[in-house]
Amino acid sequence: MIEVAPNFSRRFFADGRVRLGGGLLLLMLMICVLTLPFTIPSGGMFYYDRQDRTASQVGPQLSPVWMAFGTDRLGHGLLSRCMVGGAISLTVGVAAATVSVMLGVGVGLLAGYCGGWIDNLLMRTVDVLFGLPYILLVVLLKVAIEEPMKKYLFHGVGPAANLVVLFTAIGLVSWLEMARVIRGQVLSLRTLPFIEAAYAAGIGPGRIFLRHLLPNLVGPITVYATLTIPQAILQESFLSFLGVGVQPPLPTWGSLAADGLMPALNPIHSSWWLLVFPCTLLAMTLLSLNFLGDGLRDLFDPKRIAK
Amino acid sequence: MARFIAWRLVQFPLILAIIYLVTFLLAWVAPGSPFERAERKIDPMVLHQLQTQFHAEHWYQFLAYYPVRVITTGNFGPSMAYLGWSVNDVLASGLPVSVTLGLIAMTIACVGGCFIGVLAAVRRDGLLDYASLAIALTGISLPGFVAAGVLLTIFSDHLHWFPSGGWGSFSQLVLPSIALSLMPLAYVARLSRASMLDVLESDFVRTARAKGLSNTRVVWKHCFRIAFLPVFSYLGPAAAATLTGSFVVEQVFNLPGLGQHFVNAVTNRDQTLILGTVMVYSAFLLTLNLLVDIGYAFIDPRIDVTGN
Repeated sequence: MIEVAPNFSRRFFADGRVRLGGGLLLLMLMICVLTLPFTIPSGGMFYYDRQDRTASQVGPQLSPVWMAFGTDRLGHGLLSRCMVGGAISLTVGVAAATVSVMLGVGVGLLAGYCGGWIDNLLMRTVDVLFGLPYILLVVLLKVAIEEPMKKYLFHGVGPAANLVVLFTAIGLVSWLEMARVIRGQVLSLRTLPFIEAAYAAGIGPGRIFLRHLLPNLVGPITVYATLTIPQAILQESFLSFLGVGVQPPLPTWGSLAADGLMPALNPIHSSWWLLVFPCTLLAMTLLSLNFLGDGLRDLFDPKRIAK
Repeated sequence: MARFIAWRLVQFPLILAIIYLVTFLLAWVAPGSPFERAERKIDPMVLHQLQTQFHAEHWYQFLAYYPVRVITTGNFGPSMAYLGWSVNDVLASGLPVSVTLGLIAMTIACVGGCFIGVLAAVRRDGLLDYASLAIALTGISLPGFVAAGVLLTIFSDHLHWFPSGGWGSFSQLVLPSIALSLMPLAYVARLSRASMLDVLESDFVRTARAKGLSNTRVVWKHCFRIAFLPVFSYLGPAAAATLTGSFVVEQVFNLPGLGQHFVNAVTNRDQTLILGTVMVYSAFLLTLNLLVDIGYAFIDPRIDVTGN
């Protein structure tokens, strides 16, 4: 096995973008995940679906802590909703990225390794899919597979089915970039002597995949997975805006921002906090993921390693 | 070249057929029917009448009948949920809005993005470079509807420069097209900046400068043509992204485009309208991609699109 990225860990921590992005991301994750024990059990002060009907659209204030981010029209505390929403958004992002990684790596490996007509078929498919109105497909996919999944796989548990369908649908349309990159990488790896040696030693294709090709693909896979997560989170916010995303009462950063848009833009009485808080959290997370991804891409870039 | 175009033209209907099959499958698998609503049971006679009218008694009947009728008559048939509307009517009312908006936004994104990207690359680490980075970062880290909403508040509610919505006059076009162009603009700016930086380091640029050519001439005449290539190949995906964005922008600015109709069609399970919208959008994007691929060969003669 050739070494993909020499001195990786040293340079990993030396890169400013990676440090900033990774740090911020870690912070976000910790805030959202560590608060889950307070926001998920119903009845607690920070329960995300807790309503105080007397406190509708109250601005941010520190005296009851749960109103720190203000409340929405129905009297939900925005603070705990932002925390739960963050956890769900990140889950959707990571899960969608996982789906797209599996598909993209699978297709890319197959196309690059087999070559010939398989390669041609797969890559032309990718070309075609690139130019398609994928948003139409996400919406359709979401609606088409939701009910059957709910019925057969989750025995009627709505929210779980809703989330699974959401990230599957997003994942199913975002693997194209990954497939192209992986194929290119496999094509260049395939000509290297160590693969030829493995082939000559009579090692089967499955083993060559797993032991020889895959470890060398970890770099691009990590990079594109990191860059797919923010895209998936954005797609989810988009679907929430159209009303086909995560179903209420479950919040996500995207749906919170979408719900907060109109009250925040109301020129007479603007509830700005409903837009500003979820958007800031969302933008910070997306930025940190993009920073992390770009930084990682440079770390794995052979041209820059040579310098 | 002729062979390449011919091959792509042969592929075109095949791809459309596959898209039709997939869309049909998804639309049909989706539970619920356009004729029935949970809140109101429909009379079996009426249901049967409707199903016969739409040839929707059996899925295979519809699957086979529908495309034949569409191809032979050029008519997508009546909408299943918008009573009294044919799919063609809906397309005719919505498509011009969406296409106009999309094309203007793409133009803004391309011209503006290239301009910003090239200037940012030439003045590296300058003010404009950081400004372009800021635009690009906003473009990729904020959902489109937030940017559209903020634009609306600033320029319509507070400054009263432009109307807040509606369709028909030039001033009503400005804000939506800018909102729609933000995301592709950010990508184009990043792409052209990166490729321009690469080109500026190459040998022929040094030669050109050594000949005594002016900076403007070197940058725009010699370098830009090459640096434009990645931007050009991004046009296809950009069109798809613009389409996505137009759904949101149309809703925020209250425009009578096709996006809203599609979302309604999916929630209503309006199968004819779903198929009509998807096919028209796909045909549109596929044509654009084909044009981009052909154009690619003309811009950069070194590239052999046929892949031989």
